[in-house]
Amino acid sequence: MTRRFFIRFLGVVAGIVLLPLRAFAARPGTAFDSTTTEDALTQLYGTSDTVETDRITIKAPDIAENGAIVPITVKFDIPDAEFVGIIAENNPAPLTAGFALSDHSGGLVSTRIKMSETSPVHAVIKAGDTVYRATKEVKVTIGGCGG
Amino acid sequence: MARKIKIRAKAKDGKAAVKFLMKHPMETGLRKDKKTGEKIPAHFITDVNVALNGTNVMTAYLGPGVSQDPYLSAEVMGASKGDTITVAWVDNMGEQASADARVK
Repeated sequence: MTRRFFIRFLGVVAGIVLLPLRAFAARPGTAFDSTTTEDALTQLYGTSDTVETDRITIKAPDIAENGAIVPITVKFDIPDAEFVGIIAENNPAPLTAGFALSDHSGGLVSTRIKMSETSPVHAVIKAGDTVYRATKEVKVTIGGCGG
Repeated sequence: MARKIKIRAKAKDGKAAVKFLMKHPMETGLRKDKKTGEKIPAHFITDVNVALNGTNVMTAYLGPGVSQDPYLSAEVMGASKGDTITVAWVDNMGEQASADARVK
């Protein structure tokens, strides 16, 4: 192995190790501890000002019989979307999940969340300096946070 | 103890629909043990990394409000048949697991 090749090799390895760190912000830990939607948004995006949009569609049941498993699908037509947050407003900790996106992300994320009671569910997406929001009310007949 | 991850990735029109199911209790820390009345400590997945052929393409941050045995799905652009999708998670107790699958 020549010296030149070795140095180039080191550069490639460093690039591979550093790339994910640069492209993805750290876990927004404090946002998950928030007990209100406004606080969660502020912790997550630095602002609770949001723009209502129909470019985000939330697919969720109107009535969830079992609050322990509520399927939520968020579809969005926002090309420069960076982060998708799913917030169940009346949960003890409203922020349930966040998705840090990349250039390889399409316009769909989906998961299943717990809901303690009937609540609006927000999908909030950060794109550039704007935070977009769409909301859907989900009725819960049996809460899913146990106790 | 390694926990299971099931991954399905299917390519269509230049992107892949990636769906995966991770075995995990996802305890919120709010539940009480019915027998002893003591709180069950929180135990949940915090970070999930999704990689396409070794390059990270999405990170999902989960809170305890995600259901037991978390199911996630997302679209990965530019993925085609035969590519490798890797899913790796870490939880709040430092446990971790990863698995990979070929895009079909």
